[in-house]
Formats: sequence, C-alpha cells, structure tokens
Amino acid sequence: MTERVHLAVALDGAGWHPAAWREEGARPRDLTSPRYWRELVGAADEAGVAFATLEDALSLGERGSDTAEPRADRVRGRLDAVLLASYLGPVTRRIGLVPTVTTTHPEPFHLATGLQTLDHASHGRAGARIVAGSSAAERANFGRRTDGPSGLPASGRVEDDPAWTAAFREAGEVVDAIRALADSWEDDAIIRDLETGRFLDRERVHNIEFAGEFFSITGASIVPRSPQGPPLITALAHQSIPYRFAAEHADVVFITPADVAATAGILSEIAAAADDVRTDSERLRVFVDLLVLVEDSTDAANAAWARLEERDPLTTDARIVIGTADAVVEELRGFAATGVDGIRLRPARLPADLVAITDLVVPLATQAGILHDDNGAPTLRERLGLPLRASRYARQEVSA
Amino acid sequence: MTLDRSQRQIHLAAHFPGVNNTTVWTDPTAGSQIDFSSFEYFARNAERGLFDYFFLAEGLRLREHRGQIHDLDVLGRPNTLAILAALAAVTDHIGLVGTLSTTFNEPFELARQLGTLDHLSGGRAGWNAVTSSDSFHGANFRRGGYLDHADRYTRASEFAELSKRLWASWQDDAIVADAETGVFLDERGVSRVRHDSRLFEIDALFDVPSSPQGRPVIVQAGDSADGRDFATAHADVIFSLHTEFADAQEFYRDVKGRLAAHGRDEESLKILPAATFVLGDTLEEAQERSREIALAQVRPETAITYLEQVWNRDFSGYDADGPLPDVEPDTGPESAQGFANRHAAVRARISKLREVATAENLSIRDLIIRLTANHTFVGTPEFVAAEVDRYVQERATDGFTVVGHLTPHGLDEFTERVIPLLQERGSYRESYEEGATLRDLLGLPPVRTGAPVAVGG
Repeated sequence: MTERVHLAVALDGAGWHPAAWREEGARPRDLTSPRYWRELVGAADEAGVAFATLEDALSLGERGSDTAEPRADRVRGRLDAVLLASYLGPVTRRIGLVPTVTTTHPEPFHLATGLQTLDHASHGRAGARIVAGSSAAERANFGRRTDGPSGLPASGRVEDDPAWTAAFREAGEVVDAIRALADSWEDDAIIRDLETGRFLDRERVHNIEFAGEFFSITGASIVPRSPQGPPLITALAHQSIPYRFAAEHADVVFITPADVAATAGILSEIAAAADDVRTDSERLRVFVDLLVLVEDSTDAANAAWARLEERDPLTTDARIVIGTADAVVEELRGFAATGVDGIRLRPARLPADLVAITDLVVPLATQAGILHDDNGAPTLRERLGLPLRASRYARQEVSA
Repeated sequence: MTLDRSQRQIHLAAHFPGVNNTTVWTDPTAGSQIDFSSFEYFARNAERGLFDYFFLAEGLRLREHRGQIHDLDVLGRPNTLAILAALAAVTDHIGLVGTLSTTFNEPFELARQLGTLDHLSGGRAGWNAVTSSDSFHGANFRRGGYLDHADRYTRASEFAELSKRLWASWQDDAIVADAETGVFLDERGVSRVRHDSRLFEIDALFDVPSSPQGRPVIVQAGDSADGRDFATAHADVIFSLHTEFADAQEFYRDVKGRLAAHGRDEESLKILPAATFVLGDTLEEAQERSREIALAQVRPETAITYLEQVWNRDFSGYDADGPLPDVEPDTGPESAQGFANRHAAVRARISKLREVATAENLSIRDLIIRLTANHTFVGTPEFVAAEVDRYVQERATDGFTVVGHLTPHGLDEFTERVIPLLQERGSYRESYEEGATLRDLLGLPPVRTGAPVAVGG
C-alpha cells in the first residue's frame, strides 16, 4: 500500500523563480492586487490543497539578500502576509492559511491577536510560518534594534553565530507567547449570565504573565478563544539549530532533502532533536519542499526552465522538479514512501505552475492514491490529524 | 430632489459597538462580539446605509477593575488590522477604519500594514491614530510603558509624518514590469526614507507599492491643544466628542480656523463626533425607549462599579438607587512621589459628581446614566434626520460617527428609517460612486503620490 501524504503549496509573488515574472501568462502588475491572490488561493482551495503558505519579509529585497536596493530586475513590492491571509479567510472554504511571521521586530502581542483573528475569520484555518532573525535591511527599516545576524557565518552553520542562536531563542519565545495568548481565554469564558449580571467568568480568562529573555507580556489576549486555540505553527529548517527549533516549537517542519535518498538522514536528525527537546506529546509533522515547473512534455519543461535560467539563475535550498505532471506525481510517490507527512510544492511560475498543480497534479496523485482525502474536519489542525486541545489553563482547573 | 449646490453633504461613520457599558449584551437580540459573522453583518448593513466608513476601536489589554478582569461589560475584540482585512473581502464600497496606537507600533510595519489594507480594499483604508503611554497597556508590549507624557504627541507626530513619507516613497508608475527588457522596477520610482531624531532612527526602503488612495485616511480623536495641533497638521477626519450644538460649532470654528496655517481648506478635514440615537414613532415613545436602553446600559452593578473605579473603594454594600457615598476616596499615600496630582484630580472629579447629583437630585444610577448613557438624538426619525442635517448645514459638524448599542443590529434602524430621510433632504448620497475610494467618499482632496510630503511641526 502506498503511504499517503498531505499536499500544501507555497506562494510567493510571481513564483519561486526570479525570472518568473517575465513569463507569458505571468501577471507582474497584479502582485499586490487582491484579485490575484483570491484567484490563486481559491484555485488551490477548490483543488483540495490542505494549506497555502504565504511568503513575507520586512524589507524590499528578498530575505537575506545583500544586493544594493532598490534593484530593478527582480519583483519588488508585496503585501503583509498576515493581512493577506485574513482577507482570504472569508472567501475560501477549506484551505489552511499560513502566513509568514517575522519574529524579531513585530510585537508578539499583535502577532498573536492577528493570528487569533485570522482563526476567527477563517473558522479555524489559521497557521503561521515562523521566521527567526532579521536582516540588516529589516533593522534599518525599523531602526529600533541594532543587534542581529549579518548573513550566515562563514561556516554556514547558524550555531556558530551567537546572534543567530539568540534569534532562534527569541523566535521560540514568540511562539510560546502566541500559544499562551491563544489559550488565555478558556472556551466557555463568556457566560452572559443575566442572574449575576456578569458577561464573562473572570476565573476563565488568564493573564499569561509571560516573562522571557527578550520580552514580557503580562495580560490575557484581547481576543476570545478562536476555533483552533493555538494556530498551526510551522517552520522551514535546513540544519541542526533550526531542526531543534522546529522539534521544540513547531507542529509542522518543512525540510529540503536533495533527493529521496537524503530524506531518511534528515528524518533521523529531526527525530533525535525531538527526543532531546520536544515536550509536546504530539509528533512533529514533516513536509518535504519541492520547487516545481510543469509543462505538457519534458522537452517543453526543460525549454521553459532553460529560458528562466538564462534570464536570472535561481539559487534555492529545495529540490527542483522540472517535467510533466506525471513526473511530479512520481516525485510525490517517492517522497511519500519515505514516511514523511506531506509535500509542500513551490510553484516556479505563478499562476502557471499552480494551475498545473491544481488541474493536473492533484487529480493524478489522487487517482494514484498518494494524497490523503479531505477528512472534512472543520479546522486545519484536525485536517492534518492534529488534535484540538483545551486551553492549558482549563486543564489546571479540572485537576484543582 | 434637485441638488442645491450650497447644501453641505452629510458624512457618516458606523462605529462597531465597543467594550464598555453602553453596549448592551443583556438584550435577547444581542449577538457575538467576536464571531466574524457579526462584523460582516454590521459592515454590510452600514454599506446598505451608504455610510462613509466602518469604524472599530482597538483593544490592547482587557479592562480591569480593582486588580481583576472587569466582568460586567462586553469584553474581548479582534485585532484591528486583521478584522479590517477580512472585511475588505466581503464589502465593496465602505471605508474600513480602525484605531491603532502610535506608541505600541513602529512606523515601517504599520505603514506596510495600512498600505496592504488599502490594496486589499481597493482604496478604502483608514487609520484612527491614538497615543498612549501608560504602563498598564505597555505591560503587553516590548516597548513597555516607557513613554513620557510629553513625548506622546511628539512620537505621534513624527510617526504620522514618517508614515506619510513611506506611503509617498513609491511613485505610482514605479513598477514597469517590462518582460522584454527585464526591468521590473524603475529604481528612481522608489526613494529611501531617512529620519534621525531622539525617538526614531530610520533608514527605510518601503516595500508596499503605491496603493489606490496614495495614503490611507488618517483619523484623530484627541481633543487637547496638542491633539488639535496634530489633527490640523496630519488628520483627514476628527473623531471628536463635541455633540452639544453650540459647543460643536465652537470646536468646528476653532479647528477649521487652524487649517489655513497648514495650507489646507475647510473641506480637507472632516469633523465626525460620536453620536448615539434612539428612535420612536413619537417623541414620547422615543424617550421611553431611551430610558429603557439607559437602564440596560447602566445596571445597578454598573453604577456601583463606576463609583468604585473613581473612589478606589469597595462599594458593594451601597444601593445604586440611593445617594452618592459620603466617604473619602482611597488615593494611596499622599506623600508618595507623583500621587499628589492624582489625589487632587480624584478629589476634583468627586466634587464635580457631587455637584451634579445634588443640583439635579440624582441617585447613583441616574447620575451614571446622565454621564454615560445620555443619548445624543432621541425622537422620531424625522426629528433625528432634521437634527443631523442642521448640525451639518450650520457648520457644527460634517456628520457623525454613529454608535449603536447592540451587536450586530445596532445600526439597522438608523439605516432603515433615518438614512432615507437624509436622502430626501438632499444632504446624503443616493448611491456609492463606482470605484470611489474612502478619500473620495469623504470629499477629501486627492493625494498625489510620489510628491514630497511637507515636513510638519
């Protein structure tokens, strides 16, 4: 029997290839129009994709790019991902909405209440892709903090740079605060008790009294508990510190194996990290990232790729799949067999490769029995097989 | 009806019911204050009524009473920006305005969020800029309660100026997207925004392209001299508290009179004070309903709690239908640093309360009704429409921010019964103009993007 996986898509501007905006069919003037995003995410929703992640950064250039800006030859300009996801909430049906959340500069309280509100507006489909650290450009835009990493250290390993390890500790605190605030109102805190004249039971609303290394938050959330409680927390990870971060703080981790054979090693590294640091009884779910370009024939796909690469060569962390929809399905089958929980596809070109995913890849993969059926569960967590939990404060109360 | 060119047009904002005692949750028709369906219903109803904008106040910390979370009133609300973005998807014409603090946000981030909202809504975004500096709210933020009172408006003013510069930093035609030549961005179309002061040190390249309005509408509520200066320098709308006619006219004259110094004309700043209303088929019926609503807004426990907050004492043994407590407030040790002023302020407040209660022979509950549940317009729909029109024609206001007392049906009656009468009077729009931005709805001058923004103050 084939192992089944969940399918997610990662959406960014005109696609993941830097020359994608020059393709025929690209809509480079629509990248900040609501209709563009509504159509893309709507199509993924209709096709049954489990969730869509939305890229973001707090700078004009790509994250980590050290090129002088503004640069003329790349897509520039974007929308705030949490707000874009909120906009999409009421006009999509089933798909999970997972905006990128930068943890260094924004106020954790605002991030938490924004995600809770997304969860209310989408009836339980909120997630977040947590990003640690900041770039020099982001720091200059905010002008509030000068501390932070300057690119990766020479070794390429974040553990060799104290600024990076601090950034991951801070990101962990932001996740802790997001979850604590999401739990701060118990399910039944609003009582509307006409007898006593009380709108809420103050014993069921809890100041979180969060005091970390980087910030503190005293009060409860301003937002009553949302359908999921804490949103789905996801993170992209390529090496040991990020693996540990994901194992400690995330529900879902995105990994970037070079091929099927490399997956087992990463899975065991993540399992070891989880043994060390994971306190959550629920298993960390693993999704493989693949960057895809799909055409009707292998030749056409190769030609399209060559055209893109000639214009602006891509640097990427993810495995690249260039070919027909059948070829993508074979990749899915291969990775599914490694025991991962899902695949996140990064379309090289938008809307073209997303359309290929929704119209061709999904039906073929479904036919081949590779994809989980939509279980009809109302929330994103449950759709991925993660349980909904009562507020941490409710648990304390029951035992009291 | 023919349009009289000298006739001033009424502008209306629809205030989503808030988290204080004036929002009645005990009514059987009162719905959820947090379900998205309540916001969608309220905003769509306001859109049916052709309101200029939907307005939502912000929460940064749950209210507390004597060290505990306040439990008598509606409590809990959404994140302002996220709910406005969601509403952009289910409305087509109405402006979307929310309160956002200049203290607990940073200019680059808030400007990109508001720019995003302006894109998502097709030019309907607005920002009610408020200042805050107290440590109670600050305890939920990285910033903490760090801001000296004197710096509140300095920060707010620099914040607004920086936001305007960030929004103006993209030319309308900066995105070229020429696939042939490979030029996406005209680099000259995006300028760097540098600012170096005691409060901000920023060297920013903004990342949200020029939005439909050029810049979102800025609303301001402050009423102090600092607040009026801020408003005349930066705001497009003032959300004032002046609803008594003569007082409103005086405020209108004062604020609009300050505009010329900033090179602005009368129409470039709209004054929309908060107003409540109660309708009836007759004046008597409306007055009766007003009394019933006031009693629901100020229950006995609401009145006692109000006094406890002022006195900082336990008054649970007092009768709300009886007279004010004849005891001194607990203001903490007078010798302690900073407490002397507070002590004097509390005593002055109490002496004012006693004065009103004595002069009108009011019980505790009636005193609090008088203070918090005194409805602005009470009467037949014809009377209310005539009053609203009179305020606008006689330059006491440009319209009102209408506050209902019920979620989500609070403005249904106003929309159904008062709006048509305003239209009959020729002072209110008959429809939305297709493609109009919030700035257009408010009759504000357009913003030229990419133009240098005057440095205020």
